[in-house]
Amino acid sequence: MATVQAFPATVPIGQQLAARLEQVSKNYGAVHALKNFSMDVRAGELTAVLGPNGAGKTTAIRLLLGLARPTSGRVSVFGGDPTLLTTHLRIGAMLQVGRVPESLKVHEHIDLFSSYYAAPLPMEQTLGIAGIENLRDRKFGDLSGGQKQRVLFALAICGNPDLLFLDEPTVGLDVEARHLLWDEIRQLLGLGKTVVLTTHYLEEADALADRVVVINKGSMIAQGTPEQIKARTAGKKIRCLTRLTATAVRDLAGVVDVQEDRGAMVIHTSRAEDVLRELLSRDMEVSGIEVAGAGLEDAFLALTQDKVNAGGNHGN
Amino acid sequence: MATNAISAAPNAMRPNVLSICFKETKYEFLKNLRLPMYSVSTIVFPVMFYVLFGLIMGRQNIGNISTTTYLIAAYGTFGVMGASLFGTAAGLASERGFGWLQVKKATPMPPFAYFLAKVVMSMIFSAADVVLLLILGTLFGGVHLAPIVTAKLLLTLVVGALPFCAMGLAIGYFAGPTSAPAFINVFYLPMSFCSGLWIPFMFLPKFVQKIAIILPPYHLSQLALQQVGAGNGGSARSHWEALAGFAMICLGIAWAGHQRDQKANG
Repeated sequence: MATVQAFPATVPIGQQLAARLEQVSKNYGAVHALKNFSMDVRAGELTAVLGPNGAGKTTAIRLLLGLARPTSGRVSVFGGDPTLLTTHLRIGAMLQVGRVPESLKVHEHIDLFSSYYAAPLPMEQTLGIAGIENLRDRKFGDLSGGQKQRVLFALAICGNPDLLFLDEPTVGLDVEARHLLWDEIRQLLGLGKTVVLTTHYLEEADALADRVVVINKGSMIAQGTPEQIKARTAGKKIRCLTRLTATAVRDLAGVVDVQEDRGAMVIHTSRAEDVLRELLSRDMEVSGIEVAGAGLEDAFLALTQDKVNAGGNHGN
Repeated sequence: MATNAISAAPNAMRPNVLSICFKETKYEFLKNLRLPMYSVSTIVFPVMFYVLFGLIMGRQNIGNISTTTYLIAAYGTFGVMGASLFGTAAGLASERGFGWLQVKKATPMPPFAYFLAKVVMSMIFSAADVVLLLILGTLFGGVHLAPIVTAKLLLTLVVGALPFCAMGLAIGYFAGPTSAPAFINVFYLPMSFCSGLWIPFMFLPKFVQKIAIILPPYHLSQLALQQVGAGNGGSARSHWEALAGFAMICLGIAWAGHQRDQKANG
């Protein structure tokens, strides 16, 4: 890729932390936007914060950007205070915004934002990475929704930041525009940038993230690699009555988790057929088998609801 | 932490603050120039009034000067006030309300650059207003002002934009994202009338004259009129003091609005 030399990775490779939320709570009046929430952002990785609307994703981003102060707990970015100018010089952010000054042209917006940074990317490179070379002389107000998002993305990267925050960057985009933006984000990751992305699409986290933090109602409910999260959400649930012990079932290949529920056993698995075959061969009297499958999004919803209902209803 | 940031070349260098202020102002100017709602209305209304009431109808003298000269000071004040109020309040209210200000705050932009740009842009439009009136008056209204008088009149009016920028910031911090223009007109039009900007002060009803002396546009128009030899009396110093006091009150209100926003957002 020709851009590599001109757009060098500035984040040291390794498991260094780029940003961290420690036991952070944030209240807006009586609303608890975040409750005792902790999150590590590792340098050079994409961390996805995944959750439904109103889960507290945007609050987490705003705390990391220094736009809001935590009610309790500690927020650090590059080991320092997120409100400092020296911190802001190394970050870029794409936030959800209701309206952007519409009478300025795309290259004018980029020229202005580039001037805020000490070592911005050349204009052509910013336009190139965001894929908006052809929009350069268009007024912001004349752009389509997807084009506007790409310009906001360009404004986030134009300062050549080490750490990039993308708050629901693909919300409201059609599939094609979404995939284009994904490609652009992957390009940045390939150059060693650190990215924090919020989304309510599991598919998006899966496509891009090194690590996923699942958040609901202000609390973290799961974290891990996309594979780990998917295994917990994207698989199937087998409910049955069996004489086998939970420990024995847990050891079967493809079993992710086993729970007891009102005398029955609920098995979370990514390979339902294999597990069923094994179950039937090991326990001839297994009965009351129900297999519940779910799409990614449904399963994700189930994951967020499971915690709330403390393992409530697993039936069909 | 600090050492961390410094070791992380190349971003450890500081950007040039002057160049940020310049670009912020340049684009604030372009942004408003391309909004007919701002650029046309702030320029067209004072000029239209001047052509109608000064060039077409104003055949007599007001006091010891020609109507066309008097009205340069009066409509100049009117234009400056409009350019400043709309130039600061409308943008601020919308950029606050729709989240654009938060996007800017997430960047390393120094916050004062944002406000400076709005104020300088308002002063540029204010100057354009006054210069246009001077040109029209000189070409078609028989206005003869010495270059030094012209310069002092222009300078007075452009500096006089500052208290109205302060007022615009106060409105911008309390108006909703789209309601600022309505909010502004509630103050702008009655204040202009009562201060004698549309109808010369001496033709105003007595009780309105009494109101006028507490209104900031009255004080600015008196300062402008003094430059062309037609003030009501009252020292320049007292008028400037009144404007400065008014500006301080407005900045206090704007500060309160800023604090309120900080509390709500952060």
